[in-house]
Amino acid sequence: MQFPNAILAEYTFSEIKSIFVMQGFAGLSLFSVLLLMALGLAIIFGQMGVVNLAHGEFMALGAYMVYLCSQITADHFPAFQPYYFILAIGVAFVVAALLGAFVEWSMIRFLYKRPLDTLLATWGLSLIMQQAFRSIFGAREVTPTLPEWLMGSFKPTETIDIPINGVFVMGLSLLLTLGIYIFMFRSRTGLHMRATVQNRTMSGAVGINTGLVDRFTFAMGCGIAGVAGAAFTTIGSTGPDSGSRYIVDTFLVVVFGGAGSMLGTIVSSFGIAQAQSVSEFFLEGTMGKVATLMAIVVILMFRPQGLFPSKVRS
Amino acid sequence: MKPHMHHQPQKRRSFLGLILASALAAHPLFAADFPTAKVNTTGLAVTDTTVTVGQLHSATGTMAISETGSIQAEQLAIDQINAMGGVLGRQIKVIKEDGASDWPTFAEKAKKLLVNDKVASVFGCWTSASRKAVLPVFEKENGMLYYPTFYEGLEQSKNVIYTGQEATQQILAGLDWIAKEKKAKTFYLIGSDYIWPRTSNKIARKHIENVLKGSVVGEEYYALGHTQFGSLINKIKLKKPDVIYAIIVGGSNVSFYKQLKAAGITSDKQTLLTISVTEDEVLGIGGENLTGFYSAMKYFQSLQNPNNEAFVKAFKAKYGDKSVIGDVTQAGYLGPWLWKLACEKAGSFDVDKIAAASPGIEFKEAPEGYVKLHENHHLWSKLRIGQWGADGQAKVLYESELIEPNPFPKGYQ
Repeated sequence: MQFPNAILAEYTFSEIKSIFVMQGFAGLSLFSVLLLMALGLAIIFGQMGVVNLAHGEFMALGAYMVYLCSQITADHFPAFQPYYFILAIGVAFVVAALLGAFVEWSMIRFLYKRPLDTLLATWGLSLIMQQAFRSIFGAREVTPTLPEWLMGSFKPTETIDIPINGVFVMGLSLLLTLGIYIFMFRSRTGLHMRATVQNRTMSGAVGINTGLVDRFTFAMGCGIAGVAGAAFTTIGSTGPDSGSRYIVDTFLVVVFGGAGSMLGTIVSSFGIAQAQSVSEFFLEGTMGKVATLMAIVVILMFRPQGLFPSKVRS
Repeated sequence: MKPHMHHQPQKRRSFLGLILASALAAHPLFAADFPTAKVNTTGLAVTDTTVTVGQLHSATGTMAISETGSIQAEQLAIDQINAMGGVLGRQIKVIKEDGASDWPTFAEKAKKLLVNDKVASVFGCWTSASRKAVLPVFEKENGMLYYPTFYEGLEQSKNVIYTGQEATQQILAGLDWIAKEKKAKTFYLIGSDYIWPRTSNKIARKHIENVLKGSVVGEEYYALGHTQFGSLINKIKLKKPDVIYAIIVGGSNVSFYKQLKAAGITSDKQTLLTISVTEDEVLGIGGENLTGFYSAMKYFQSLQNPNNEAFVKAFKAKYGDKSVIGDVTQAGYLGPWLWKLACEKAGSFDVDKIAAASPGIEFKEAPEGYVKLHENHHLWSKLRIGQWGADGQAKVLYESELIEPNPFPKGYQ
């Protein structure tokens, strides 16, 4: 194992400064990726107590929507190419949210009192969706053609490169987090959602349509997953089983943060991202991941409820 | 030309047709000359008119991006062989199984193909991990595997024919070329975390340090499917290696090359040599993210020779104009042909006889050019260096002599 000073000893101050900046950015970029993945799940899991194992597939659905939009743009509206991506994110949200609402209506609402069955049902749903992707889009991983402006890098100095797609993902997750916060704590519908979580019977008694609130919450979580998937097309490729690759990290973030807490999700994705990116830098790829997971296991042994457990009485 | 069993004259007529079709083929072989009892003494799935083989690849999962090409090329070869009259006068039937990018699944499906289906041979596997998983099954059940991928070597089995290159064929000549052309002294070795990249990098490191007298400034591995390479890229920027030597496979490739480009590491500033990117991967990565980087392979779609031109034409006719052909796809295409030649040389489908007959078989019509099977069950082949263009095709800059396969190289273990 090499220690920090051994790695950095033979470099000039300005080189180390640039690496410090870029490494800081790599950590932040991973943070926003994890946050984006976890937001939708945190809402569904936190607000409704539903473990949505098909969360990853909703992300893949969003990514495939971007791919579809990219194909349609290339075939029919080539002039629109530089701008389609923004619209595609909207499409990803709407399609994933609509499917989410349908799934809630046809499946989840019958299973609220049976959490283990929800687990099984959403897992089955994830398999169905994977096979659907495979049949519709093929087994190969696909990448949409991205607009040029998303692909380059900022160069504030000679030695620093900040990838634009990273900045884009970061901006998007910031925007989304803010949006969700304002929605949950400043809007009427948000109030209804929080009221339903705290006391379902009472909320129903004062005239809140709790069934509708549930459907809306689930759809919103799925829609946000779709946006996350859409954003990830700037980083990697999409295949039928991409979702199952995302789901592990996503649950890690939500469980570590403490289910039901927005702040917990943010802090936990920040912590995991920084730990992973720093340990990857000083160790190597696989060992970095091992070190991160070990740290999480140890912390969860002492705080089994996660970092910020929800303080609501059940 | 399926004979109608219940209608005698019809049957005779189509049998006549069969004979005619066979007579038109270059080397007509009649099933009648090879009675089933004689060509199949071990109970394989061989009838008077058909022989059943297996195909075992990942049609799903993270490896599907790479393995789809092999599946298609093997099917193309089988179709072409069937159109010529089949093997020993028998049409080839294929049972397809999906290993699903999961190594225990590969072992399970291999067992199913050999024990339940009694297939005469199997064309399959891609990653070394999947091959290592099925190898004990093939040896125990005495099956025959035609394995298409370039791999790390250090293996030889009576029950496997390796139609891709072993490591020394692919690695050593490529490193020699880059060291000579680019005056490269420092190398950064990167790989996906499984047996092929690790063993290949071990061989590469020995060669760099002992033969080329260069140095390895970094060596690291990332889990299959990893998508975040920010920290790695920063380390590369710090160490400034003359050459990045990359062995990343599957979907991770896309993230890796996209992020390299976004971080400003492009071919005008940095030499990168990979042994894991073929035309198939470029399709996913996008040629614009790879432009100017090098791949060391035995085959590129852009090779100019009559065999290859016919092969590319037939492949595109079957799978569409947009389809591309990578190194392993071509090696997959060799499998059924080498098996056919072995069966004909042995006059039998028996695995033992095919294994014994295989060494010395020459296949002159290979798209990559003349190849010959060594007694260690690997192929003599050339190494080529291709430089990627934005259109996703490689320009071949260098071509070696035929290299002898040497799966157990001394001094590299």
